[in-house]
Amino acid sequence: MSTTEAPASTGTNGNGASGYRWVGTRPVRHDGLDKVAGKARYAADLNLPGMLHGHILRSPHPHARIVSIDTTKAAAMPGVKAVITGADFPEAPPKGATRNLMCTVIARDKVLYSGHAVAAVAASTRREAKAAAEAIEVTYEQLPHVLNIADAMADGAPVIHDNLLTRGVDPRPTEPSNVAARTVYERGDVEQGFGEADIVIEREFSTQAVHQGYIEPHACVVDCDQEGKAVIWASSQGHFMVRSSTATVLGWDTSRIKVIPAEIGGGFGGKTTIYIEPVAALLSTKAGRPVKIVMSREDVFRATGPAPGSIIKMKVGARNDGTITTAKAWLAYENGAFQGIAAMLGCMCVVSAYTLDHLYVEGFDVVLNRPVNVAYRAPSAPAAAFAMDSVVDEIAARLGMDPIDLRLHNCPSQGDPTPYGPKWPMIGLRDCLEAIRDSDHYQTALPDGQGRGVATGFWFNIGEASSATVNLNENGTATVITGSPDIGGSRASMALMAAEELGLDVHLIQPVVGDTEVVGFTDVTEGSRATFATGMAVVEACRDLKTQLRKRAAKTWDCDVEEVEWVDGSAVHGPGEQEPLTLAAITGNAKRTGGPLGATASLNARGAGPAFSVQVADVSVDSETGRVTVERYTTAQDAGTAIHPSYVEGQMQGGVVQGIGWALNEEYIYSDDGNLENPGFLDYRIPVASDLPMIETVIVEVPNPSHPYGVRGVGEVGIVPPLPVLANAVADATGVRISDLPLSPPRVLDALTAAES
Amino acid sequence: MKYAAPTTIDEARALLASDADAIVFAGATDVVPQMRGGRPEPSMLIDLKNIDRLMSVSLEGDTWHVGAAAPSSALTANADFAADFPGVTEAAGLIGSDQIQNRSSLGGNLCNASPAADSVPALVVNDAVAVIAGAGGERRVPVADVVTGPGQTSLAHDEIVVCFELERPAARTSDAYLRLIPRTEMDIAVVGAGVRLTLDGEGAVSAATVALGAVAPTVVRVPAAEAALVGSRLDDASLAAAAAAASEACNPIDDKRGTITYRRQVAGVLTRRAAGMAADRIRTTNGQNGAS
Repeated sequence: MSTTEAPASTGTNGNGASGYRWVGTRPVRHDGLDKVAGKARYAADLNLPGMLHGHILRSPHPHARIVSIDTTKAAAMPGVKAVITGADFPEAPPKGATRNLMCTVIARDKVLYSGHAVAAVAASTRREAKAAAEAIEVTYEQLPHVLNIADAMADGAPVIHDNLLTRGVDPRPTEPSNVAARTVYERGDVEQGFGEADIVIEREFSTQAVHQGYIEPHACVVDCDQEGKAVIWASSQGHFMVRSSTATVLGWDTSRIKVIPAEIGGGFGGKTTIYIEPVAALLSTKAGRPVKIVMSREDVFRATGPAPGSIIKMKVGARNDGTITTAKAWLAYENGAFQGIAAMLGCMCVVSAYTLDHLYVEGFDVVLNRPVNVAYRAPSAPAAAFAMDSVVDEIAARLGMDPIDLRLHNCPSQGDPTPYGPKWPMIGLRDCLEAIRDSDHYQTALPDGQGRGVATGFWFNIGEASSATVNLNENGTATVITGSPDIGGSRASMALMAAEELGLDVHLIQPVVGDTEVVGFTDVTEGSRATFATGMAVVEACRDLKTQLRKRAAKTWDCDVEEVEWVDGSAVHGPGEQEPLTLAAITGNAKRTGGPLGATASLNARGAGPAFSVQVADVSVDSETGRVTVERYTTAQDAGTAIHPSYVEGQMQGGVVQGIGWALNEEYIYSDDGNLENPGFLDYRIPVASDLPMIETVIVEVPNPSHPYGVRGVGEVGIVPPLPVLANAVADATGVRISDLPLSPPRVLDALTAAES
Repeated sequence: MKYAAPTTIDEARALLASDADAIVFAGATDVVPQMRGGRPEPSMLIDLKNIDRLMSVSLEGDTWHVGAAAPSSALTANADFAADFPGVTEAAGLIGSDQIQNRSSLGGNLCNASPAADSVPALVVNDAVAVIAGAGGERRVPVADVVTGPGQTSLAHDEIVVCFELERPAARTSDAYLRLIPRTEMDIAVVGAGVRLTLDGEGAVSAATVALGAVAPTVVRVPAAEAALVGSRLDDASLAAAAAAASEACNPIDDKRGTITYRRQVAGVLTRRAAGMAADRIRTTNGQNGAS
């Protein structure tokens, strides 16, 4: 194992082979030195004069009615400047996304999970705030709770929301239940398909809820002035989202709020929502002082973003020639305390890597007494792939086919229908399958005693709204301002695309993440969209600037702008009567040719390119202890065009590592009374570096025709295949197929022991 | 909360005796996370790292003296100590990350009194003695007798563990410690097993000690496993008998880290493997390790 070697991509990306000068190169990231040197400012680093510390009191019960809250004692304690409860916030509507957000930030009539915010205190010191919060007297009337899908869906289960009527059932039920929605996708006739199949395999799978595991807990500082304006410094995946969500929860006009993005210490989807900003804002308003709230790790585990657990029943039919014809899937996903769309997404993903004549996919979104789901890299897709690609692996074994060949035989291409409706655009699944088949790893014989698994993964990727402003400075440098927080190297990618467009050395470009008042609206960073959509805005602004630069040259030369071309960072006179003018020459003279040069682009990015990944792992299994060791791991992923290959590889590796954790050891462990027993990194086991081999990467580049440089987005799909990859590898190593995650030592040993007897 | 950094044992003891709510610490790798996790703050934290005797690792005659506050990294870096006690060294080296290794200590690991403490089974199989300073001077207590239950020790409030005494191993003697964790590091033992063996000139086991961690409220010595090993040449049947005895001796709980069934089974597996490692160490040094 070596984690210090430079990642060696063996993909199709060859620097410069694409004809680009900057796109596809690997400069040191612009924000790198500050981060390595510890100078980067995260939200928790900020301290303002007179600042108070906020502490949030959380429910010790998974489900209870709040009978009363008495803050008298707390308010009188030393250092306390403000105490608030749910009653201080605007009333929430009876249902819908707004209610869910408002009631996640602070409980109203009921607490819906252990860890649910109930009240908050601002005091001069953290210790005083904590002591006062603990002195708040809350009287609860405990209610029966449900912690898993089976209990929540059972007849007579305690109902969490008395107005929740299942959507997607005709006729719509009149009685409430914990099933928020039913989703169905179908094509052909599955009964006919199974009847005509030579081989039918049916299995049931389960996965456990996991946390995104970002290293930086949620943190914010909020300063409200006497005119009712608020400045928020926060760590998030989108500061415009922080602005609008905070405004919604507080019932404020968004124009009262300015959000300044802090550096972000990881999010992986978990920071696409808010928890603490409105609480700090209200405390600050009440106290007349800035308020900082920093969550503890325990708070993060108890009250923020799990990705859901699931139960999936999968039935797949194939012919003897390896053609998979039919699939029937039943999926149920935990939603947490409020309804979401986890099962719907799972339904859309579950068979996406396969062409099928007949399919029937039915999904159920289930609410229970856990924190509400939030996105985690390719949300819902990993569990779905675990079910489908485990069954496909069994089919390959039964037919004696190579698992890659089987998948190639059933691989969709451009123009084929997706399971959820539209036709596939240009996609790179086949290219990824071939890349793994041809990889050194797959071509190397499996060492004795080990097992090998392969699997595929799909994720949609999305576009949404982005803005960018590019200003040319008088010395010939450029400043690129975008509204996307830099969560995965996006500053470097933005600078590279601007460098390519302008023909300017990437080191002369300063990429900046602008606050909500200096750059145009930009949606939250999700769906692997920043390099795709925000990059598109950067390119559009740069193209506008190139037109302006040509006009300035034309003005200088007193010629028609059509006679001026922009070549390698200079204006070139077509007829050849003038010496070229460099960008620096034009910007240095800008005051005399019409003033400073800058351009802004705001757009809704269309045509996000779907992402696929194919992965292979070799594992060994200690048959006496059940410990699984990942010996070798290779991932191929279609990046579209890799703008900065190092950060593409980093995203690929990061996704794989989080998937390995999900597959092997990560899980929420709840006690029967509904409290989380492992709210810390000691007993919630994300992989450590020494658990992992070097994750080998193969960047596949099937350019997305909708993006000026062919970008697809790379942040998410890498986490999808590891669940089935490792289950398939363990099955290959031991001959025992395990369909319940995680593959932790006790569970694996249990399965091996059961198989023996 | 006050902080004190005495430079002598007497000074430390006086501070401790003066305040019923004071506690001593070495690396603080347990006490700080515990306080963050809600443990009530003590009125005074007494730092023992400025007392020379608690920080030194030395061989005097045939006795090793390991300061109770000496960091794990001081042991793992000591080739002579590691040659005599490879099992104690590997147990000390398993505690936490590299950074924690520079803070964590055998004294802290013992007095924190976690059933899962890695170094305790390794010390117990080597008959280590804790030197404890108290009001009546110093007393010497087998390490096995210090911990009385989870979070509980036999120390009086004003007593401090000063150091550990380990007699150099006899000829053809070595030890090993293994633990099961789901990860490879930065984790806490689900099961730990320490074994010390002495082989005679013919390769048969002439003495054996076996101790298990994380399978009962305190470390468990396993005389039945020791008996199964003594006299054997570590053949499969003897190792299987020792493993079965270890499994039988467990009194574990079901918790978030492992089930009763799992802990029992793995205790046997690790006992067998640790015995094999200890024997291999004796054989690879050709019986030249040990004091005489």
